Amino acid sequence: METQTIRFFHRGQVKEVSDAPITRTVLQYLREDARCTGTKEGCAEGDCGACTVVIGELQDGGDVEFKAVNACIQFLPTLDGKALITVEDLRQADGTLHPVQEAMVECHGSQCGFCTPGFVMSLWALYQQHNPGGEAPSRQTICDALTGNLCRCTGYRPIIDAGERMMALPAPTDGKLDPKQIADTLRNLKRGETFRYRAQGQDFFAPRTAAEFGAIKAAQPDIRILAGSTDVGLWVTKQFRELGSLLYVGQVEDLNQIAQRDGMIEIGAAVTLEKAYAALNAAHPELEELWKRFASLPIRNAGTLGGNIANGSPIGDSMPALIALGAEVVLQHGETRRTLPLEDLYLAYQKTAMQPGEFVAALRVPVAGPQHFRTYKLSKRFDEDISAVCAAFGITVQDGIVTEARIAFGGMAATPKRAAATEAALTGQPWNEATARAGMAALAQDYTPLTDMRATASYRSRGAANLLYRFWLETASEALPAAAVNVRAPGAGTIAIVTA
Amino acid sequence: MNKQTEPFLLDAAAEQVPQVGISRPHESAHLHVAGTATYTDDIPELAGTLHAALGMSTRAHARIKSVSLDKVRAAPGVVDVLTVDDIPGTNDCGPIIHDDPILARDVVQFIGQPVFIVVATSHDAARRAARLGVIDYEDLPPVLSPQAAHEAGSYVLPPMHLTRGEPAARIAGAAHQDSGKIHLGGQEQFYLEGQISYAAPRENDGMHVWCSTQHPTEMQHAVAHMLGWHAHQVLVECRRMGGGFGGKESQSALFACCAALAAWKLMCPVKLRPDRDDDMMITGKRHDFVFDYEVGHDDEGHIEGVKVQMVSRAGFSADLSGPVMTRAICHFDNAYWLPNVQIDGYCGKTNTQSNTAFRGFGGPQGAFAVEYILDNVARTVGKDSLDVRRANFYGKTENNVTPYGQTVEDNVIHELIDELVASSEYRARREATRAFNAASPVLKKGIAITPVKFGISFNVAHYNQAGALVHVYNDGSVLVNHGGTEMGQGLNTKVAMVVAHELGIRMERVRVTATDTSKVANTSATAASTGADLNGKAAQDAARQIRERLTAFAARKAGVEPSEVRFNDDLVSAGELRLSFGELAREAYVARVQLWSDGFYTTPKLHWDQKALQGRPFYYFAYGAACSEVLVDTLTGEWKLLRADALHDAGRSLNPAIDIGQVEGAFIQGMGWLTTEELWWNKDGKLMTHAPSTYKIPTVNDCPEAFNVRLFQNRNVEDSIHRSKAVGEPPLLLPFSVFFAIRDAVAALGDYRINPPLKAPATSEAILDAVDAVRAASAQGAAQAA
Repeated sequence: METQTIRFFHRGQVKEVSDAPITRTVLQYLREDARCTGTKEGCAEGDCGACTVVIGELQDGGDVEFKAVNACIQFLPTLDGKALITVEDLRQADGTLHPVQEAMVECHGSQCGFCTPGFVMSLWALYQQHNPGGEAPSRQTICDALTGNLCRCTGYRPIIDAGERMMALPAPTDGKLDPKQIADTLRNLKRGETFRYRAQGQDFFAPRTAAEFGAIKAAQPDIRILAGSTDVGLWVTKQFRELGSLLYVGQVEDLNQIAQRDGMIEIGAAVTLEKAYAALNAAHPELEELWKRFASLPIRNAGTLGGNIANGSPIGDSMPALIALGAEVVLQHGETRRTLPLEDLYLAYQKTAMQPGEFVAALRVPVAGPQHFRTYKLSKRFDEDISAVCAAFGITVQDGIVTEARIAFGGMAATPKRAAATEAALTGQPWNEATARAGMAALAQDYTPLTDMRATASYRSRGAANLLYRFWLETASEALPAAAVNVRAPGAGTIAIVTA
Repeated sequence: MNKQTEPFLLDAAAEQVPQVGISRPHESAHLHVAGTATYTDDIPELAGTLHAALGMSTRAHARIKSVSLDKVRAAPGVVDVLTVDDIPGTNDCGPIIHDDPILARDVVQFIGQPVFIVVATSHDAARRAARLGVIDYEDLPPVLSPQAAHEAGSYVLPPMHLTRGEPAARIAGAAHQDSGKIHLGGQEQFYLEGQISYAAPRENDGMHVWCSTQHPTEMQHAVAHMLGWHAHQVLVECRRMGGGFGGKESQSALFACCAALAAWKLMCPVKLRPDRDDDMMITGKRHDFVFDYEVGHDDEGHIEGVKVQMVSRAGFSADLSGPVMTRAICHFDNAYWLPNVQIDGYCGKTNTQSNTAFRGFGGPQGAFAVEYILDNVARTVGKDSLDVRRANFYGKTENNVTPYGQTVEDNVIHELIDELVASSEYRARREATRAFNAASPVLKKGIAITPVKFGISFNVAHYNQAGALVHVYNDGSVLVNHGGTEMGQGLNTKVAMVVAHELGIRMERVRVTATDTSKVANTSATAASTGADLNGKAAQDAARQIRERLTAFAARKAGVEPSEVRFNDDLVSAGELRLSFGELAREAYVARVQLWSDGFYTTPKLHWDQKALQGRPFYYFAYGAACSEVLVDTLTGEWKLLRADALHDAGRSLNPAIDIGQVEGAFIQGMGWLTTEELWWNKDGKLMTHAPSTYKIPTVNDCPEAFNVRLFQNRNVEDSIHRSKAVGEPPLLLPFSVFFAIRDAVAALGDYRINPPLKAPATSEAILDAVDAVRAASAQGAAQAA
């Protein structure tokens, strides 16, 4: 195969790389090859944010979209056609600090300074979204933008202050990172056909269409599909697995679409988690907390909903909610597509119903969900943590009787799994406390969870049952507001509660 | 060696534009934000640099039958593989007791223990190859918990005992007795920059080691012993660390030694930067403790007698476990007068990582135990826990001697608590939590105030010394070097401010350089919160000598008395003479005045008998208190910190912005220790929480929106640097208030009459366990009553 060179914009110019292994990470490139050591390695697994950089991508409308990602788990060939913005880019030509940087200094936002470049880049991405002319981000927006950046020194308060302060400082004037100029550069780098890169005997394909993608996958059924690299990246940085050649979903335009038709929201496999959840949340606002707690923003900016579905981890956070909503997965082989109820995709631990050469093309989620729908997540830490238990409950109640129940859990079994016995215990019964308690008891038939470092089996079982109880409290005929049953709900702890 | 301050210098200082006591940004802040602050891994690599990785034990306790490294040697990029047999000197990097092998020989003692070193052409190649070693083991029985070690009588050091009065008799004679067990987990330092050392051979059997370390001198000695060299052959340098928190006090030594060994053997520069998972598998953490206590108290909650047995998880070697236990024992009193007390400390030897220093160094653990006991006492006597705590506070003129024999001479806890109670509106909010809980079926609120008294100084007297070098160049610019290390705490900023103040110049003239064992010798670790106290005084001493020389010179030149010479805001005035500091420096140089000086400081008044656990281990105490209010979900154990108010005593703060940063950072870090940060070993003794994916330190959303942190207006009664107080460690105890607020919320389920058996860390699971236990006890109580 003819190899092409990886072309991307960095530090004011187009960089071309032709000899890096296909799994060379962006962080390795920056620190070891380009000797840009401002970006740090803290964990090499996308959990600490010291390596946060910003990727600029050309959008359909011709604008550049900037988003923070973790350089430590992104592979270099995925940068083809994109802009890479790092902490070295921010100071103005005369050495003046960027408002984000200046605000961090003024607010005493750095102590040891090691996490600081990552925070600066997360804040810069936020700054770009709000400047010029935009409203200053709220405290909660700032915090949500920083959930992927760990700081061990400051306790975060001064960094949040810096996020509020940055918008008040004079904007940069040197035009160094002018989005229009970057867009012009990226337009010149845009490819019409599959990007093919070969190094050390391994191929990296980045097709532009689902048809090309399907053809490659059909011809090479074993080829590893790469999406956001938020899991596959760790196979390389932590497990040293040999991945073979890679088929990258990130440039496939027709898999990167969100559409609504026939009462379904169809989300292409290349759509990032952040965009997918934004679309789903518009129809199902009950997903808000799950969305914000699904990893960190840099992970949601890189990872895809399709990847989360295809990966099928028993602790993946998308599946319980999607199963409860009655989602379908669209599988494609070559150019042929078929549709499965999502819960039928998962056969056993890390085993799915996908045939060789088949891939997840899209997900279809009903716009109209169950009458009552809630998702809950239990983890040691509120943000950026893997679930001990992830629960989704959907029921329809007519004349006080549960007519349909769709309940699914993550963290409770070897796959994301519906709670058949619990659903049966609820269906046809009056929606009252006795039924809820019968459902709680039935969970023991559905799941035999494990003990591990995240939680004991006992906590998973008790927590799962109590979440069903919480669901009942929230949806009973005399329902309690979320703020009365969920410590993180807006207003929790401040509103007067009526006795249940 | 405290020099008597000459009166004219003090007078002059009073008039001048102050360079201390003001908020200034961290001296490297502009570099941090630009990505141009150089950490060890950012130093441009020397030609021919190789990279090392460590091959680690996969067994908790086993005899090594054989080690096969053929596959490692054959792996791409591998240059050499080294084992313990390659060490020319001593195979030990233990800081005190020499039981800490650099590389395992014959026996492995924990999962993660380094066995061999791979040296390769790239970091990635070295890491990949390190996995290919095949070690044949013969398993030995492991000891995997401190309780198991204690039951087996297996310790890394002899037990420690401290008794005052007649605790047993007074407990027996008290109106109330209580006894129980307290579980307190450990904590990973989680410095954002992992351990790293970069060693380069130098001419004539020399070695230059750039090391991310809090203790360059100890690294110098460890490397020298490992190579069988003298100290003067090894130079250790550290410009800054990306966080230390105690984890780079002694435990950077293994990495420094391995890098230096490879550099020596291969005669080329070698860098060793363990991956985060390897770092967490190899290095020790904060000691987890199990406490067994008995207490006797009266109806008011006065503690009449208390006995506590402390068993810590030392890990496989002593490391700093002895001093950590000593500090735990010396902080069991926290802010309380304990007339009759018995403390027994045991450092359990376990087949896990060798636990080490972590911010607070045992102090937080010891104090946590007494707070837990008092929390129980308050519920037993049906009083507000604040009132019970107050009833037990040290007095100012009586009831003011610690169990270890030091008189508390600077007690401000009463007025500090009064101020916090008022500013936090504690009383009204406590009533409000009770009202809320009565009406809220699922969510319960809790509130707590806890005090801090923390002893400042190393418990070992001779560590309390420091040196500094101050160079005034003949253009009036100033370079400062001292023995302390910068890990983010702002030490270099504070020391530069002290020097600027002493010379009457602006901060911009002062530059602080990397810590370097070839400049200031025989330094102590930057630890025990003493960095600014010791190095600030040493730098002040150096600057003062230069100033005295310049004063004499200016007085001569102007024909006035030295007492008429003023240094202020970059200007020097003497009679009619007006010179910029730079002009004066130039003229003094031409007149052959020495413009540089060394400085030295030792902390006065300290003495300590480690055997008897008696003396004056601390120069002074730092105080603080915090009030936290939480909301707990009794269905899931989830919780949220609604508001935190902290008031902390930094004496006359050298830099309030930096000190508040220390208080806030310590608060959130300590809160993580007591809540979300859980170390979890599996049944084979493998640590399963060895990366941020599984080990959860607080994130930005864990910082409460209402977070009111203030410094208490105070002045050190001792002659510390500008009457400031050390601030690194003491505020780590402030978030005890979070833990006890959670406990207070859970206690609502038992009408505040049942003591919730809450373990630390109070993970959601631990909280739900406590909820279920209180519900069960409450139901049982109701059944008995019926």
